[in-house]
Amino acid sequence: MRRSDTPTRHISTRKKPDRSAFPGGRWLRLVEAGPAKSEEADLMRRPAIENLEHALAADLDGTFERLVLDYQDRLFGFAFRLCASREDAEEIAQDAFVRAYRALKGYPPERIRGLALRAWLYQIALNVARNRFRRKRHRFVSLETAGAIDSTKMDPADDPELRPDRRLEKRRERSDLATLVRALPERFRAPLVLRYVEGLPVEEVAAVLKQPVGTAKSNLHRGVNALRVSLSRSRSTRRPQEVNR
Amino acid sequence: MKAPLAISDALAVTRALRRIGSVRAPTTLAPSVLRRAGLADTYWQIASPLGALYVAQGPAGISLVRRARAGGSSTFEREFRKRLGRPVYPAVRPAPAAVRRAVAGKSARELRFDLRGLTDFESAVLRKALEIPAGQVRPYGWIAKEIGRPEAVRAAGSALAKNPLPLLIPCHRVVRTDGRVGDYIFGSSAKRTLLKSEGAQPDALEKLGSSGVRFLGSESGRYFCLPTCGGFESLRRSNRVPFRSASQALAAGFLPCEDCRPAA
Repeated sequence: MRRSDTPTRHISTRKKPDRSAFPGGRWLRLVEAGPAKSEEADLMRRPAIENLEHALAADLDGTFERLVLDYQDRLFGFAFRLCASREDAEEIAQDAFVRAYRALKGYPPERIRGLALRAWLYQIALNVARNRFRRKRHRFVSLETAGAIDSTKMDPADDPELRPDRRLEKRRERSDLATLVRALPERFRAPLVLRYVEGLPVEEVAAVLKQPVGTAKSNLHRGVNALRVSLSRSRSTRRPQEVNR
Repeated sequence: MKAPLAISDALAVTRALRRIGSVRAPTTLAPSVLRRAGLADTYWQIASPLGALYVAQGPAGISLVRRARAGGSSTFEREFRKRLGRPVYPAVRPAPAAVRRAVAGKSARELRFDLRGLTDFESAVLRKALEIPAGQVRPYGWIAKEIGRPEAVRAAGSALAKNPLPLLIPCHRVVRTDGRVGDYIFGSSAKRTLLKSEGAQPDALEKLGSSGVRFLGSESGRYFCLPTCGGFESLRRSNRVPFRSASQALAAGFLPCEDCRPAA
């Protein structure tokens, strides 16, 4: 996994990386730990269904399991990038699938055949997540204040109230990019995750967000900028040995 | 410490985002979804007079019962999917008390059974078997007659042999006309064990059957019954009149019992 050729990493050789904490080596400090390319392995094991929408229209109950297996990593991953915990992400993904099933149950076959399934599923997951955020406002807000995107705020590291304890710090180091993404305002977070983490084309991102393509593009652009700012801020505020580990 | 220069580059940010990596859904996700959608069943391992059983239940009721064996859960899950066309997942919570009671040999009356995968005939046979009280038995022919298909004795036998819910639907209480216990999905000796655990006496029944007796009449009431009607103790009562056939009993002026309908 180590990619010393990448321009995004500055690797110091002064200190040995702590491999017990970061099993994949130094690179994993930036990337979330977890098996990569699992999707491909899965697809190879299961024979593909040519057109899932048509199969669902013909036999919803018999095909729905397949839909869940095909999209569970995507919906869970999307939810996980949006919210703070695996538990929340699992609940969001679960609710999204169950909602999708109930909706499909009430749709006539033509409507199911005409669905853009992937965008539609992301859309449901996003709605479920938004509803949860609304209910758990405190959590949502605390994430935003903990992040370093708001330039009017004083530096979190200088504020004793906001200074994280050592354990939290360690955990954050392992996933700091993911954490910074989660700290973005939702209007940037969802499109960024959809476009770059989930790899959707811009048009599909716009469809998920129910926005004109132009608006989605502009949000993506502003999101990247916000992330760029918070990324460089988070690096400059870190003590040197942590940056270079 | 100066931040790496490349970070200020928007392209590098999107590149880093692309490498953020995929996450795998927890293995509990799909089972929970499918269960909530009613597309997957749940199963427990529950103790029974025949040892541990796997008992699966879905939204339509109990769907499959099989013997639990060490490491046999994947076999059970595979058989379930093959028979019922949907997945089954091990339960997270303990089995409902009604299910445990029924598996232990108490009343299964509160339970619902999912017999959707069966033919009308098969399900009629099994529902009829449900009417046989614990501690009693009925011949295969009785089932066939009772459901209005007197000629279909063999078919009734195979429907019972395919019982997806042994123990809960008491196909073990259906025996051969000559009193022998006959076949069973878990083997003949398991059938005997089960019958004995309910207070039935397969040995006594076989002995009676081998002497040619098919019905017992009550001298005082002038009616005749299948040998175990009202329980096996009737086999030992001294005032019982043995008959080799229903016509013999009728000719002697005995009327068929209304509980067990011996000549239905």
